[in-house]
Amino acid sequence: MSYFLTQVLNGLSYGLVLSLIAAGFAIVFTSTGVLNFAHGSIVLLGAYLVAVLHPTIGFWPAMLVALFGAALVGVLINALLVRNLADPTPGAAAILMLGVDIVLLTELTRRIGNQVLPVGAPWGASVVRFGEIALPTGRVVAAGVTVVAFAALWYLFSRTDLGVGMRAAAADGPTASLMGIRLSRTAATGWALAGVLAAVAGVFLTSFPSPGVAPTVALSAFAAIPAWVLGGFDSVPGAVVGGLLIGLTSALVTGYEGDLEHFLGTGFGEVAPYVVMIVVLLVRPSGLLGSKEAVRV
Amino acid sequence: MSDLLRRLGGLALLVVALALPLVLNDFWLQTGLFVMAAAIGAVGLTLLVGVAGQLSLGHAAFAAIGAYVYAWSTGETTTSVTGAGLPPAVGLALAALVAAGVGAAFSPVAGRLRGIYLGLATLGLVFIVRHLLLNLTDWTGGFTGRSVESFALGGFSFSNSDPDYLAVGGVEFEGLHRLWYLFLLLAVVACWLAGNLRASRTGRAWANVRDSETAAAAMGIGVARAKAAAFVVSSAYAGTAGAMLALAYGRVAPDVFSLTASVDFLVMIVLGGLGSVAGAVVGALFVTALPLVLAEYSSALPFLAAPGSGGLDPSTASRIVYGLAIIAVLVFLRGGLAGAGRRLRHRLGGGGPSGDAGTTDPDTSGPGPTGRTAPASGTTDPSTPDGSHPAAVTHPRSKETTR
Repeated sequence: MSYFLTQVLNGLSYGLVLSLIAAGFAIVFTSTGVLNFAHGSIVLLGAYLVAVLHPTIGFWPAMLVALFGAALVGVLINALLVRNLADPTPGAAAILMLGVDIVLLTELTRRIGNQVLPVGAPWGASVVRFGEIALPTGRVVAAGVTVVAFAALWYLFSRTDLGVGMRAAAADGPTASLMGIRLSRTAATGWALAGVLAAVAGVFLTSFPSPGVAPTVALSAFAAIPAWVLGGFDSVPGAVVGGLLIGLTSALVTGYEGDLEHFLGTGFGEVAPYVVMIVVLLVRPSGLLGSKEAVRV
Repeated sequence: MSDLLRRLGGLALLVVALALPLVLNDFWLQTGLFVMAAAIGAVGLTLLVGVAGQLSLGHAAFAAIGAYVYAWSTGETTTSVTGAGLPPAVGLALAALVAAGVGAAFSPVAGRLRGIYLGLATLGLVFIVRHLLLNLTDWTGGFTGRSVESFALGGFSFSNSDPDYLAVGGVEFEGLHRLWYLFLLLAVVACWLAGNLRASRTGRAWANVRDSETAAAAMGIGVARAKAAAFVVSSAYAGTAGAMLALAYGRVAPDVFSLTASVDFLVMIVLGGLGSVAGAVVGALFVTALPLVLAEYSSALPFLAAPGSGGLDPSTASRIVYGLAIIAVLVFLRGGLAGAGRRLRHRLGGGGPSGDAGTTDPDTSGPGPTGRTAPASGTTDPSTPDGSHPAAVTHPRSKETTR
């Protein structure tokens, strides 16, 4: 029983980290309509900055730099590339982001090489015990930070002019623009927010129990795509639900791999999120909490 | 006039391609094989993404299915893997058919989703197929893969033996030379079919679905059916390309068909220009040959370091170059290389003015209805220096823009 509970808690805490990344996808998508395939490399960039800077300036300042760096890269990608697309369709933007991802990821991979860089998180490799259940402290901190981050997002989107403006811009860009909302500013805010969330997620993905920053982190950020799709393309609460579901699914499938091996094969934990995603897309093409797309003629 | 020129140009290229094995060394022949295999996959993907407007990140999955179906159906049963031992020609046909069948099985998803939503669903396919390749070890050989039987037709083998010695014009024709002609034949047929399909009733229906599903439905096109058909055709192309890749490598392994391979196919068709068959071929040439050539000649290039020495190694350099190429093409070149070529011809006054810019033209594929794109191609014409061939009379296809 305690094994099961450990798996569940592991899955939920991992799912919360995934939901940070998934929320980044959702925010960029609602504010600019871009499917941000470079999000994985921004996650890696955030973690990389912390790993490189923390020996000299300490963990917390390094974290601050990483948050700003990731946000800045997002804002620049939007301002310099996405807004200047020759043919501004969602498909072209998605492929553009694949190009950005290739460049960013290749350069980061080259810099990291074969090393695994530790991020030097202050909680280290310690473990928190609840009775029989042991959880890495990093995961507990991650869960706490994620809850705080989502509370802040909720406050931003429902209580501040900026957030309400972003929602208005997402709902109807031209009308929002006529009401005096600057679309360039809401778009930049969206990209910056996504960058901040990505950097936070990057640090949690690379601290204990993970060994450190390696290029594969960008790939594990891909696992957040099913979470995002599952929750709904334009929904931040959906990202949380999706993240938790995917985290739970992969933790349980991986945890009980021994029992499932005979008919699912080894390593099914990595594939399970995508299977869940395709099934959900078949039943609900706009995700669990996403708004149904209206067809305008 | 321009059609004639284009045909003559194509014929000249074909003659060059036929003559190349006489002069190329093994490295270039091998590169050529990879390029032709990739070109067929890219042409299939451009039909799906460029013409029908359905983003797919799962192309490598279908290529993998083609490759493994070929390897399994032509292979012999050994201690580690099973095989059906069928004739290679049957294996090649099966590769295309099975891939198309899987595409058809996926079409309930493809028919319901569109654009980037479909792209995300197909992303899942890559991971699922990879999982199957790693786990169905009896058929696939698992992580290390399995070797592939060489192609043969009626006793003539496309390998170094059988006949053991074959020479044309004093050049010995080994397996690579023989495969070159097989691949060339397949590539030419695939491009010809794709070009015709694009211009046919079916292709125009796909383009209509891409421009506006609602408008297409109003014109009596079965939208879900059209999307599923595009998916099936593109999967068959991918299956063929996969089998050809397997033949060119002589071996199949799951890593060849990773997500990166899917992205590479997308990069090819975007660089070339979405929806353009010739563009897809040029894109395949660029994306496939660049890393191989850089790696081969890295010692001669001063800015490249040897792999593993910490400097800029060839594969890193080529990935950065083509990442930047995607960005540059999408930001600066409307319609990719094919679009740029069309504009260049237009400016020089020799090309058919905007005859191509009909409903099947990819670079007018805005989110809006088809009607909006028609004036753009019409208004540029009178401004050409000679102005002697207005769009409406030179090209039969341009009628469609006014429909």
